[in-house]
Amino acid sequence: MFPGARAFPEGELTLMKEDPQENEKSAAASVLGPGAVPIVLRVNGETHPLLVEPRTTLAEALRGSLGLTGTKIACNQGACSACSVWLDDLVVASCSILAIEVGERRITTIEGLAAGGRLHPVQEAFIAHDAVQCGFCTPGLVMSCAALLAGNPHPGEAEIQTAISGHLCRCGTYPHVVQAILALADAKGD
Amino acid sequence: MDDEFPRRREKFPFGLAHLGLDEVEREIPADEPPPLAPNAALTQIGKDIRRWDAWAKVTGAARYTVDVHLPGMLHAAVLRSPLPHARIRSLDLSPAASAPGVHAALTVVEPPADGVPTVLRYVGQPVAALAADTPALAEAALRLIQVEYEPLPFVVDLDGARRPDAPIVYPDSEWQKSPSAGLPAAAGDLPITGNIRGPESKGSRGDIGAGFAAAEIVVDGTYHTQVQTHCCLEPHAIVAAWHEGGLDVWMSTQFTAGVRAQLARHFQLPLSRVRVRAEAVGGGFGSKSQIGIYGRTAVALSRLAKVPIRLVYRRDEEQMDSGNRPSSEQHLRIGARRDGTLTALSLHSYGSAGIAFGAGVGNMATALYRCPHVESRQYDVFTHAGPACPMRGPGNTQGAFALEQGIDELAGKLAMDPLALRDVIDPSPVRREERRMGAERIGWTQRKPPGADQGPVKRGMGMAQSLWSANIQTNAACELRLWRDGRVEVLSSVQDIGTGVGTVLAQVVAEELGLQPEDIHVRIGDTEFPSGPPSYGSRTTASITPPARTAAWQIKEALFRSVASAWQVDPQRLTVQDGWIHLRDEPQQRISWREAAAALRTDRISAFAGRSDDYAGFRSRSGDAAMALNDLGGVQFAEVAVDTETGVIRVERVVAVQDCGRPINPLQIESQVQGGVLMGVSYALLEERILDTNTGWMLNPNLVDYKLTGAWDTPQIEVVLLENYQGFSATDAYGIAEPANIATAAAIANAVYNAIGVRMRSLPMTPAKVLHALGAVSGGPR
Repeated sequence: MFPGARAFPEGELTLMKEDPQENEKSAAASVLGPGAVPIVLRVNGETHPLLVEPRTTLAEALRGSLGLTGTKIACNQGACSACSVWLDDLVVASCSILAIEVGERRITTIEGLAAGGRLHPVQEAFIAHDAVQCGFCTPGLVMSCAALLAGNPHPGEAEIQTAISGHLCRCGTYPHVVQAILALADAKGD
Repeated sequence: MDDEFPRRREKFPFGLAHLGLDEVEREIPADEPPPLAPNAALTQIGKDIRRWDAWAKVTGAARYTVDVHLPGMLHAAVLRSPLPHARIRSLDLSPAASAPGVHAALTVVEPPADGVPTVLRYVGQPVAALAADTPALAEAALRLIQVEYEPLPFVVDLDGARRPDAPIVYPDSEWQKSPSAGLPAAAGDLPITGNIRGPESKGSRGDIGAGFAAAEIVVDGTYHTQVQTHCCLEPHAIVAAWHEGGLDVWMSTQFTAGVRAQLARHFQLPLSRVRVRAEAVGGGFGSKSQIGIYGRTAVALSRLAKVPIRLVYRRDEEQMDSGNRPSSEQHLRIGARRDGTLTALSLHSYGSAGIAFGAGVGNMATALYRCPHVESRQYDVFTHAGPACPMRGPGNTQGAFALEQGIDELAGKLAMDPLALRDVIDPSPVRREERRMGAERIGWTQRKPPGADQGPVKRGMGMAQSLWSANIQTNAACELRLWRDGRVEVLSSVQDIGTGVGTVLAQVVAEELGLQPEDIHVRIGDTEFPSGPPSYGSRTTASITPPARTAAWQIKEALFRSVASAWQVDPQRLTVQDGWIHLRDEPQQRISWREAAAALRTDRISAFAGRSDDYAGFRSRSGDAAMALNDLGGVQFAEVAVDTETGVIRVERVVAVQDCGRPINPLQIESQVQGGVLMGVSYALLEERILDTNTGWMLNPNLVDYKLTGAWDTPQIEVVLLENYQGFSATDAYGIAEPANIATAAAIANAVYNAIGVRMRSLPMTPAKVLHALGAVSGGPR
């Protein structure tokens, strides 16, 4: 589980009892699924009640039920970060957490980054520095870079490389991504 | 030339811009525009214009095939062979077909019937497919398909497959039904013995025995390259909708028009009833050039279910069954005189494209250097492994790893600088200049003798060259539309797979029309528009920008005639600049583009242009494909640091000197060259498909255990771009994607040799291999 996350269902996790029948009873009371269960997701400032099977990943819920296809699934096992979104202020691989785990946390996707139709500075910088080729990994990279700048307005090259080190880009945009974020860091310079 | 195709003579800029330009006279079709000035005199071409679809891509709005959702759409899943070689005794779909949520099921292989067995030849080979309401239901239903397999002996490694007693992949001539891994096409009637097919000996010449007899120095080496997978971030994906009127397909493809032609042929539909769209494509690198079995499967399921079908590969399917770069084993022997001139070159290669053919190592050895006596014998070795397909610089990337190390080794034996040796043996004046520029940029004079560093971390510098043909698709066209409101559209089925061809089209049209690139509405990736070229073979820009400029020029001429008629002047007196049409000699007599368009007789005028032949002709042509007279060069230099205690190689810097005729968007070209270099670094150090010889399964069918370069593995990459004018077409622009990838691994290997004084002849150059080569550990990998 990602850092800072809370276990689900909150407060309902119970230790195994010695009596198997007791276990079965408590499991029946707390286990969800396999059918769909109702949850509420707070995405990009809006609240969405939806029905998901417990096995549905956050990435699947965003792309499927909510139609937010800007979040991409590429490796589907947390190795490429193409599916990166924010949970509160934390960047997570949405393919590797379940939708039912999210709970109250605020989800921000690539669609929610450009507030009121105005591009986020990271998006502007990606365009200006041609940090985009096929574009499939781009939304994830943008989310990581924007999160980096939120916590550290003047990152150096090594900090930028670390922030994007979990991302895979087969087209090879890394040099232009680093250049774009360095330019932003300098532009904001003291 | 026939009188019905009138031509005229024009003088074109010629040569390398930074050295000063000459002129060359060419005869060109009368309906094509006058020569384009060198970039320095232009306003849009040669400038770093922003990528046309960057806004959509950074906001998540870009629609890829995996994002296409059609009403009533079902999800397909594919049952794949769990065995590398097996006979299917029986196959029963019915339990799956009647499972809840399943609406259609079909066999992908011919089912066994009348004593004719069905043979499977690799783990992951599609056996059957079905479509269900959700992906999970589809996956679950696969388990209900009843298949009885009879395991057969198999072989998945190159050495094993060449043994006389090896299990045979293809009895008789069945290999002819296998797919091609691409270049060299290696089609035709080559002999086959066991699993070994060949040799293909194209490029051989002279008397190899006499050549080696005349040699004063000989170098000899065996080189191995691994199987590399494409790893497109967007998996292979198709949404197919069969309907009464025909077939609508959305596909993550490098060639919408080609897919349409293949679908029309396979399903016996008229071309006009098949529509293929690719709005955004998440990478291809050669693996998305064909409709493929998966594409035909999705269409067949849609025909059966009568609803749209979505088929998207999982990452493990992507790794096991979406193509790969074949392996190679290359025995290379080069003979030379003491002055460096080559006397003989012998290359014997064995490569495996799995069940596919075409695992050759290209034309590096036969075509890059002057050599009178050449023997090239390239063999395919069939194995029970997934079919290879073309991958960025197919053949030549493998070939460069051997040849360019061989030449480097020869330079060492001759006590010549590797650049000086190439000045003797390389006939290309463009590459000579590239070597000079690259050497200056990287500081070649600082290069030390091999293994000179004293500490445990040793640094080195090396270089290598690439060779790639300048390809053209002659079946490449576009339409220019001018609307009465002044709007300009450029339309073609050409797809943008991340290369930025949409930007380039807008630049070319804007330049011709005196407008801004953002004024040009680019509509591509849809076969309802004129057929564009494929995005493979580094041919897209070269094929589609000349017709785009020609069509824009024709639209401009039509608008000029309209304005000239109103002004009662000769249209020749008109010109357009910054959105204003005016008289050349009286600039104050002017009308805005929009007002001029408003006076058109009809709502819209249109011009259609196709790719004409290069003005100086082609070197060769075959069907819709042609090769220009020039080659694409490229010379790359690498600096590495090798930790001799851990065996870790770090590529610190790469200087890539490349040429692509006239560069249209230097920033996008820089992006693409960086990508080529990074794929080369990854190939050199990290990537390898690992097959279990005991089961035939891929052991790293994911992006965790199959390693790709990340941000921390990225060297400083410096791109030096030549402007090379030849007067070959209306834009004189050629491709860059593949040449940027071919030389990288070889340049790194030569730099590693320079660092440690030991030659690494096997890819990937892992720490284990480095330590083994240094004698620091015993045993270990080859």
